[in-house]
Amino acid sequence: MTKSLTHLDRLEAEAIHIMREVVAEAERPVMLYSIGKDSAVMLHLAKKAFYPAPPPFPLLHVDTTWKFRDMYGLREKVAQAAGMELLVWQNPEATERGINPFDHGPLHTDMWKTEGLKQALDHYGFDAAFGGARRDEEKSRAKERIFSFRTASHAWDPKNQRPELWNLYNARKHKGESIRVFPISNWTELDIWQYIQQEGIEIVPLYFAAPRPTYEWDGQLFMADDLERLERVLGRKLPTTERSIRFRTLGCFPLTGAVESEAATLTDVIRETLLTTTSERQGRVIDKDGGDASMEKKKQEGYF
Amino acid sequence: MTRPAYTPEAAIAEDIEGYLASHRDKELLRFITCGSVDDGKSTLIGRLLYDSKMIFDDQLSALEADSKRVGTQGQEIDFALLVDGLAAEREQGITIDVAYRFFTTEKRKFIVADCPGHEQYTRNMVTGASTADLAVILIDARKGVLVQTRRHSYLCKLLGIRHFVLAVNKMDLVDYSQDRFDEIVADYQRFAASIGIDHFAAIPISGFKGDNITALSANTPWFNGPVLIDQLETVSLDRAAEQAAPLRLPVQWVNRPNLDFRGFAGQIASGTVRPGDAVRVLPSGRTTTVSRVVTPGGDLDQAVAGESVTLTFADEIDCSRGDVIAAADSPPEVADQFEATLVWMDDQALLPGRGYWLKLGTQTVSATVQQPKYAINVNTLEHLSAKTLELNAIGVAELATDKPIVFEPYAQSKALGGFILIDKLTNRTVAAGMLNFSLRRAQNVHWQPTDITREDHAALKNQKPRVLWFTGLSGSGKSTIANAVEKRLSLMNRHTFLLDGDNVRHGLNKDLGFTEADRIENIRRVGEVAKLMADAGLIVLTAFISPFRAERDMVRAMLPDGEFIEIFVDTPLEVAEARDVKGLYKKARSGALKNFTGVDSPYEPPKHPEIRVNTVEMTVDEAADAIIRAILPLK
Repeated sequence: MTKSLTHLDRLEAEAIHIMREVVAEAERPVMLYSIGKDSAVMLHLAKKAFYPAPPPFPLLHVDTTWKFRDMYGLREKVAQAAGMELLVWQNPEATERGINPFDHGPLHTDMWKTEGLKQALDHYGFDAAFGGARRDEEKSRAKERIFSFRTASHAWDPKNQRPELWNLYNARKHKGESIRVFPISNWTELDIWQYIQQEGIEIVPLYFAAPRPTYEWDGQLFMADDLERLERVLGRKLPTTERSIRFRTLGCFPLTGAVESEAATLTDVIRETLLTTTSERQGRVIDKDGGDASMEKKKQEGYF
Repeated sequence: MTRPAYTPEAAIAEDIEGYLASHRDKELLRFITCGSVDDGKSTLIGRLLYDSKMIFDDQLSALEADSKRVGTQGQEIDFALLVDGLAAEREQGITIDVAYRFFTTEKRKFIVADCPGHEQYTRNMVTGASTADLAVILIDARKGVLVQTRRHSYLCKLLGIRHFVLAVNKMDLVDYSQDRFDEIVADYQRFAASIGIDHFAAIPISGFKGDNITALSANTPWFNGPVLIDQLETVSLDRAAEQAAPLRLPVQWVNRPNLDFRGFAGQIASGTVRPGDAVRVLPSGRTTTVSRVVTPGGDLDQAVAGESVTLTFADEIDCSRGDVIAAADSPPEVADQFEATLVWMDDQALLPGRGYWLKLGTQTVSATVQQPKYAINVNTLEHLSAKTLELNAIGVAELATDKPIVFEPYAQSKALGGFILIDKLTNRTVAAGMLNFSLRRAQNVHWQPTDITREDHAALKNQKPRVLWFTGLSGSGKSTIANAVEKRLSLMNRHTFLLDGDNVRHGLNKDLGFTEADRIENIRRVGEVAKLMADAGLIVLTAFISPFRAERDMVRAMLPDGEFIEIFVDTPLEVAEARDVKGLYKKARSGALKNFTGVDSPYEPPKHPEIRVNTVEMTVDEAADAIIRAILPLK
């Protein structure tokens, strides 16, 4: 009697296989945990891959101090439930210089995220880091390997990637070099949502519509998650309006565009995702500064 | 003329629950598109994404803007820009790397490997083909079956793809001529049969105009289908056969959270496993039964090919990463010598005799490849004689692993027959390979145990065997110093033998020259001889330039720990060249002598030699004394 495996079964099996290869071959792996829905799926897959043992690596959150408060809340809860160590890294130089998205523009992402990530990996000596990037997100991601090799200075060379055949991954590297590993490379946004529903995975409430204080900036809608801090940085009052909004992707609250929505349940969110006519990363300011090849450029510099 | 492949909006809006339920049971099909720049491959994929609504409004508006700026289709949308992801590709209008695309229809989810078609990207196509269930071979209707069509088909067949679709593209440019289509199909059929493709579906399409992609086109009334999407949705995925095959589970990781639990984790390559099944763990051959198939959601009654599982056994038997759990009554073979087909993927060509890491399933071993039996011209399929394999070359060669591995021929199992080779120094993936069969000599030649052991030999001679391996440039003083050391050992009543580079080349190695490959074979043979002599209890001295680190390390790995003493005779090139005892440097500089170490062939100095002697500062006697002091005591 043939057992039929669905596309989600196959994607799950592939991701678990990848995680186990890393644990078997890397010396000091870590899972990058951004608290978003993709991270939630990755963490769930890790728990399945190593059950009944807890996942044999820590979680690392490269923090910008500008994440939504709901995200910080879920972060602590989830790590504890998984029985995993949670490491939080905030770039000390960015803290000292008070880097923020309003005064410093692209420098905000560069210092908190790109530099912060490199610092954290070097500080702890991690030689393999799981990331939740998917090939359907962005054009240069579509060509990235599942095991993406980085030099000792964390650079990515898209023209010099190792061939990846079958399910064989070459994890060998010299001292100081590292590998970024993307176990959910082949998942699409819809796969992620369906899997969250099928497995009952807890995600940040911000993905669901609720009345929230909002303001407009450059024609996009944002949530005033910490109004007091926003006004302090801007040096003026910021008028806000309450609207029913939700987020398709989560990052720093002043950089993450909200969509007006009434989708308050998972099913509603999936329906809206299926019927939507704009891509997921469209709400992210980060992909666009620098033009067409901006993500590719960021990745060469060491961004995830 | 065309309709969108997929109009689920109404179903989603009205019955989201029902819609999601129907989508949970979708199968996954992975396919590859093969064609060259001008065949319209990227355009076809862009079209598939577009027609299946996988392009969002913001992407579409960016696409429209890009099309006007750099597109090749005038004012119309250039779908190719959607899929050519890397900046260099967009600028040059070509596809360099493999890109993976995703789309969904009512029946299946698809992952498309979009691969470049030029011959210099053979490795990229092979990579994309390795995971594909089906190949779409694109042909430009104006050009017909070309050399590249043959190459693409051959590579896909070589990688074990079973389903082929011949998409005759750009039909709009040949006025949708049925005669032209029939002619191309007949041409292709003759070629396909010759490489063992028995069956393929031929479809006249236009990726640009959308004909016969998602619906029958009015422009080709003579074509009755199925159209491309129908073909992709209905082709059989052979899952039943995969699950009915004998169990093969390469062990990835042993799960030991506490003393009471020992689980074996891996992805099932073929077959089905249930609690109570009798299994055999290879290569050891020990048998046991499966007690549980463990998941966080509770134990499973069965698990099948493709699933990642954790098993526990009824008995405590040895089982670790690299082992294969197999059906007890039909285990796979274990061998250490094979014939394999190799696809070379690195700028640095194959070095026959050089040790590479071979990764197959979860096993990693050291392997050496012989000089190829032949290389294959991928355009004509002719067999060519070859001394090596360069980037993108495909050839058949024998290879040997340093310990036996569990395998199945690639034709039977991609998971236990497909492997990669990794360069030990650069860590690059240099080749992909497919095991064809094991060599009989590996199966029929066994180690014959002898009663007098190497320990007995050494005890009789009252000494500890060693290999004193002198390495350094020509003229550095290796032979002179080795000779002085042997004289001292002889005076100490030690049993020794000196293997000298020049002397060995008069006999044992008289068939070898000085190419990189011959130098590697030279050292391999000397290493084997030195090992036999050490087994006989001797203190062996070898004086060979032995320029490559990899081969010196290979000899080191043949011997028990501590018996290989690497002695670096460290003489700067200027000094050795000034001495030029045999006049060889002069010849090399004049071009009369090729491949001379230090002149036009590299020398890789040892990183951590056991002993280093500096011949500029030390006399021969001082160097010999220093070496003797360093190797004491002798038993």
